[in-house]
Amino acid sequence: MHQAISMQEAVEMIPDGARVMLSGFMGVGTPDGIVRALAESGKRDLTMIVNDAARPHTGVGPLVSAGCVKKFIGSHIGVNPVVQEKMQAGELEVELVPQGTFVERIRAAGMGLGGILTPTGLGTLIAEGKQTVEVEGKTYLLEPPLRADFALIAARSCDYVGNLAYMLSATNFNPIMALAGDVVIAEPEEIVPIGVIPPDAVKTPGVLVDHVIKRAM
Amino acid sequence: MRDFETMDPKEIIARRVSLEIRPKSLVNLGIGIPTLVSDHLDESLGVFFQAENGVVGMGHRPPEGMTDRHLTDAGGTFVSAVPGASIIDSAFSFGLIRGGHLDLTVLGGLQVDAKGHLANWMIPGKFVPGMGGAMDLVTGAKKVIVAMIHSAKGTSKIVPECTLPVTSQRCVDLIVTELAVMQPREDGLHLLETGPGVTVEQVVAATDAELVIGDDVPEMDLSRTG
Repeated sequence: MHQAISMQEAVEMIPDGARVMLSGFMGVGTPDGIVRALAESGKRDLTMIVNDAARPHTGVGPLVSAGCVKKFIGSHIGVNPVVQEKMQAGELEVELVPQGTFVERIRAAGMGLGGILTPTGLGTLIAEGKQTVEVEGKTYLLEPPLRADFALIAARSCDYVGNLAYMLSATNFNPIMALAGDVVIAEPEEIVPIGVIPPDAVKTPGVLVDHVIKRAM
Repeated sequence: MRDFETMDPKEIIARRVSLEIRPKSLVNLGIGIPTLVSDHLDESLGVFFQAENGVVGMGHRPPEGMTDRHLTDAGGTFVSAVPGASIIDSAFSFGLIRGGHLDLTVLGGLQVDAKGHLANWMIPGKFVPGMGGAMDLVTGAKKVIVAMIHSAKGTSKIVPECTLPVTSQRCVDLIVTELAVMQPREDGLHLLETGPGVTVEQVVAATDAELVIGDDVPEMDLSRTG
């Protein structure tokens, strides 16, 4: 059984310099409440592992704009001019990872695998300095697992044991990232009694969830 | 009969690409011109549009006032879902893309070269949007079509060899612009069709890459349906 924590408690748990996985795709399926609270708290030197830089006011945007982020690891930064500016100015380190490789590296970390072999990126800048492996006559890039100190998850529903259900395209990286953070913090839109989420509809079993953030009343 | 010569260049490209889409196929459309392709398809074809964010079976924009932030395409634009649609997570979504389950991807480009290499994710020192899902799409889809305006600021985007970082070592299958349909083959880049009212000479003049030109290059037939 979980006891929900306050937004303040969640923010205090995450120290400066932490590696933080943040779910969402262009801000859809991102836990916006904790992003906002972290940005206001003035955290520093965070490494954010998030698919895209979204826009200045969505997704990871507010954290970058507030100067909380030292390094961004993700696949797309094309529609956030603040990220482009900070990168050009040398204030933000950016590591670009092809999206399929990004999610599979996170999955590898969460599933206890030593990495993945993918054809994506072969013959491009992404392959520079990386090991290739031949399997059954085909060449692949060896990509290492990607793990974080914290995974911040946005769920549609959460029950009292922390089982999570998601909604439509807000699902995206949530179920995968919930496996790959040392501490998993979920920000659900609603908290419901056990049984309201049928077992088949649970996409993240509550055993993976360390903390649930209380809804603002 | 519509007058295709006065049609918007982007619509010419979208309509021509739509003729390449087979019934009941699984298709991923990139942002920009590729997104317009679905407007030219008959729903009875039973095509499923997939987006990187995990929607299989995207539909048109919902009715006014009925948009919801839980359902968007890969560009963050509100969409609906067609009957039979499903939702998968991001790992599964890229499994579809990389695993050989995606019949076709249509992407925009910054450059395509005579061999069919595509560059569409960064301009070093100027603008770095990132690859998003493009590297996986080009590497994994069964068929890759580049849909783009032929030139940028008067400079041909069809080049002898990419000067920008490429997206994949895999060569694309077809290039569709408002001026031409081109196909990279072993012996060079073939000019298959010209745009509405466009001559072969005009295509050659607008193209930096050398083209292999047959005796009779037809004009795009945009009146037919796929």
